[in-house]
Amino acid sequence: GALEPAISGEIMQLHHQKHHQTYITNYNKALEQLHEAIQKGDSSTVVKLQSAIKFNGGGHVNHSIFWKNLAPIREGGGEPPKASLGWAIDTHFGSLESLIQKMNAEGAALQGSGWVWLGVNKELKKLVIETTPNQDPLVTKGPHLVPLLGIDVWEHAYYLQYKNVRPDYLKNIWKVINWKYASEVYEKECA
Amino acid sequence: MGGGARKPTEKGKKEMACQLLLTDFTLPLKSLKLSHSGLRLKGRSIGLQKASTTVAYYGLKTPPYNLDDLEPYMSKRALEVHWGVHHRDFVDNLNKQLGKSDILYGYTMDELVKATYNNGNPLPEFNNAAAEVWNHDFFWESMQPGGGDMPNLGLLEQIEKDFGSFTNFREMFVEAALSLFGSGWVWLVLKRQEKRLVVVKTSNSINPIVWDDIPILNLDMWEHSYYLDYKNDKARYVSTFMNHLVSWNAAMIHMARAEAFVNLGEPKMPIA
Repeated sequence: GALEPAISGEIMQLHHQKHHQTYITNYNKALEQLHEAIQKGDSSTVVKLQSAIKFNGGGHVNHSIFWKNLAPIREGGGEPPKASLGWAIDTHFGSLESLIQKMNAEGAALQGSGWVWLGVNKELKKLVIETTPNQDPLVTKGPHLVPLLGIDVWEHAYYLQYKNVRPDYLKNIWKVINWKYASEVYEKECA
Repeated sequence: MGGGARKPTEKGKKEMACQLLLTDFTLPLKSLKLSHSGLRLKGRSIGLQKASTTVAYYGLKTPPYNLDDLEPYMSKRALEVHWGVHHRDFVDNLNKQLGKSDILYGYTMDELVKATYNNGNPLPEFNNAAAEVWNHDFFWESMQPGGGDMPNLGLLEQIEKDFGSFTNFREMFVEAALSLFGSGWVWLVLKRQEKRLVVVKTSNSINPIVWDDIPILNLDMWEHSYYLDYKNDKARYVSTFMNHLVSWNAAMIHMARAEAFVNLGEPKMPIA
């Protein structure tokens, strides 16, 4: 409830207790089955389980990042980034507003379910905006990409509050984005 | 098409079933723009003006029942948003896109879906509009008040032939629905080449007609379809659909029509 009115308490509860929990449960199940299959030397099962692991494991990884990406306004949510990340954003995108605009455009245009990310390529030390479908983690778009910020654009993330108006959800979520976490990750990767 | 005003009685349900036969939802509505440009020409118009631009566009079809007829299995609120907002937006998007394109003028809905699928590289604007309009039109028809139960006659025979038993089919359908990753649809489809019924799951907006197969039934597994009524309980949504919503009447009609295109068996010729 602390992220209201940008995201309703009901959504947060469902999202965390039900959706994220389901990903974890199914991920653990898939891992158990994988373990068995490896022990038995059952290669075809091992390969078959990959998509379930990618989906549920990805769901767990992505949502764990997501919770760190959000903070109530009274704890600094929405406060724009400073220091090296702020500087990098201005250099690369011109301004924070233009970054937000770009991310929102990508997020709104995403077909079906997925995520929109602000990431950093730790080899090139460059900021990137990417989208991934379903629960694919950012690293599937490039092995050197480290996620700084991810926004869940699955319908479950906003439906109860925003119905099908995804752009409104995207506009409002910036008010509770936790830039402090993003800055920490950035500095760690680019120090 | 109408059909939204009457409370379904037993006879009414049969009537509704007949309505599906009569509905040719591939008919594009011609624009009213003709009268517009007529007015323009009547007024002072510069000689070199373009001739009247005729634009084909689509209307939002109403489901063949009232929005609260599917309670308590699918709430009126869910239908108001799913049909009234989502489906309406898809139709509006489609019309906007059609307004900008000359090439797609005069296409039927089926042709639009296939053309914009572009052999596997769907043009996003179109596919998000044309295919979703098609899919949702079909979805409303795949459900009915007092649905569920089992099919009869020929369709049941075909299901038993292709799946072993109705129970097997139901299990496969439910499993496909629950194992879909992300957004998509589940279909009962008659495959043209293989001449049999199969259960198919597709991602996002993909529709089996792009592979030239014939849909018999579909189920919307996008989260928006069940979230308001079932939150994240997909399993309950799917089993409720199978138990109370699925329209085997509509399926039988689609099947009957499909058999005009696919020869499912030896004709029963009298032996001289």
